[in-house]
Amino acid sequence: MLTITDLHANIDGKEILKGLSLTVKPGEVAAIMGPNGSGKSTLSYVVSGRDGYEVTEGSIVLNGEDILAMEAHERAAKGIFLAFQYPLEIPGVTTMTFLKAAMNAQRKQRGEEELTTPDFIKRVRAAADKLGVSQEMLRRPLNVGFSGGEKKRMEVLQMVLLEPKIAILDETDSGLDIDALRIVAEGVNALRAPDRSFLVITHYQRLLDYIVPDSVHVLSAGRIVKSGDKGLALELEKNGYRDYVADAA
Amino acid sequence: MTPRPPVIRTKAETSLVESFAQASASLPGGDAVRGARTRAFDVFHERGLPHRRIEAWHYTDLRNLMREAYPIASGVAAKAESGLRVAIQDGVCTLPTGALPAGLKLTAMRDALASADEALIHALFPDQGADDAMAAFNAAMARDGVLIEVAPGAQIDAPIELSFTASGDAPHGDISRCLVMVGAGARASILESHAAPARVQRNSAMIFRLGEAASLSHVFETCAASPELHVATLIAEVGKDAAFSSFAFVCAGEVLRRQAFVRGVGEGVKIALRGVSLLKGKQHADTTLVVEHAVPHGESREMFKTILDGEASGVFQGKVVVRPHAQKTDGGMKSQAILLSDDAAMYNKPELEIFADDVVCGHGATVGQLDEDQIFYLMARGIPRAQAEGMIIEGFAREVLEFVEDEAIRERLGAGLSGWLARRAS
Repeated sequence: MLTITDLHANIDGKEILKGLSLTVKPGEVAAIMGPNGSGKSTLSYVVSGRDGYEVTEGSIVLNGEDILAMEAHERAAKGIFLAFQYPLEIPGVTTMTFLKAAMNAQRKQRGEEELTTPDFIKRVRAAADKLGVSQEMLRRPLNVGFSGGEKKRMEVLQMVLLEPKIAILDETDSGLDIDALRIVAEGVNALRAPDRSFLVITHYQRLLDYIVPDSVHVLSAGRIVKSGDKGLALELEKNGYRDYVADAA
Repeated sequence: MTPRPPVIRTKAETSLVESFAQASASLPGGDAVRGARTRAFDVFHERGLPHRRIEAWHYTDLRNLMREAYPIASGVAAKAESGLRVAIQDGVCTLPTGALPAGLKLTAMRDALASADEALIHALFPDQGADDAMAAFNAAMARDGVLIEVAPGAQIDAPIELSFTASGDAPHGDISRCLVMVGAGARASILESHAAPARVQRNSAMIFRLGEAASLSHVFETCAASPELHVATLIAEVGKDAAFSSFAFVCAGEVLRRQAFVRGVGEGVKIALRGVSLLKGKQHADTTLVVEHAVPHGESREMFKTILDGEASGVFQGKVVVRPHAQKTDGGMKSQAILLSDDAAMYNKPELEIFADDVVCGHGATVGQLDEDQIFYLMARGIPRAQAEGMIIEGFAREVLEFVEDEAIRERLGAGLSGWLARRAS
């Protein structure tokens, strides 16, 4: 599904990722854990194609295709989805307008027919009901005035509608209370499928109680320094990151 | 007192002064009107064209921008239309044919001036804006326009359209002066659209007087082709419990100066001035407002959004004045601009002058570029950059466009916004 090999990436001339390699198999839920400043958010931005990051070495291959030269919107159409740690507010653009623009932009790039309005509305209604996203929220400008929990539910709604091949969850648990966390996790778990993978980036193990990973990788100083199963997350919770920080240094 | 330096007469000033000398004998109105015109002309004569050392005109140096004054059009009247559409071509008014809604009276300003009584003269030549040279020139020279009277209690649902156009291809100037009197408890709306197929210098004035609990919403719009130089003055006096709102949609014209002088004279007024300006090329648009609360319990809201591309420049100068007795005034003023190009410029100058001690007033002004975080968010969902930028700009403008009450007008302006963005992207 996703193969990252010896990835080196800079921002403003400073190297953040220093030879990161990682493979995520179809249907796998891989958790990336690491201390602050280890490069977790950079990894999510570099994979999803944000401008401003310079990849100096290495490759990112999605389903056999090197995506490094693609722009963010092209990668999205190929099936990469980034659930933001802090979803942006877009004043004056209603959530429905945005959802339709996003779904149709991806379809257009893939050479598929645009959705008809009734078909679009039917899909949004069905997904919104399951996630407890109200019609009123859909009529409001995207994320404007939404609570932290509402914003994260909106991210999951987008994920459901855009049906990605690989979803990157960047610190999705930050700022969520336990009820909101459960709703978001249920939404993600419902999407687990043999042909869809997840990269769950988190600082704490708490989220992994709800989204149980197949593999856990420790990111420190821009590299994966240890990989294991979900037991590794529990060990990190107990002992912290200090062993790995020392390793990297 | 320091002696004033003599006003240097530029070529344009000289021809404007001469045009008054030539026209004055033939301008409509009796002795009292003539007296008001002469006083107004004296203001212009003493000050000349406004320039950058005049604070209110600092960013729109008209003496420099108006090198030549085009001859003032003798005026070709447009054909009359039906419905609620008043045509003002070359400054000459043509009233619509057919029946008008009950409580609405339209009179060509030339006729109103010819038979004006003291009350009308007082309304037509108010002290607000009287010391502004361009507003004064308008007062001195205006031959025509329209007088709109809405009887007390009348509810006019459909907007009354004032369509300003110009005839012919020769460069010319046109001047018009309109007065809208809304009686107690009455409600009406005005759509003022400006177009000009030729090279036109326009000086237009709209004066509003709202009686007790009256309500008026006004929309100003520029059309695809608009005057190359346009000074538009708005003067409003808002009575007790009355609501006045004015919205400006600007996307055409080369140099546009909109100046508004709005005064709340009764308790409980609600004043709202808002607008969207979409500027590109070398366009220059200046919005200068003076909102005055003279009595307690008034509310005013100003919100202007400006989007600038190319080498365009925008100006927002907003001044809210709260007089000593105007306690419990609630004022909020905002100007936000997005610069789409390194060569575009925005000048924001919000001011509060508060002489009362129990008020809530605030202002904010921002100038920025498109937010890269927002763009990336949309791109990460599959939306290409150009479309993402367009959506963000459109959303930015729609936030204030939503305040246009009339649905048909709001949709038309929305289509104008989308069209502007589509032309930018292509």
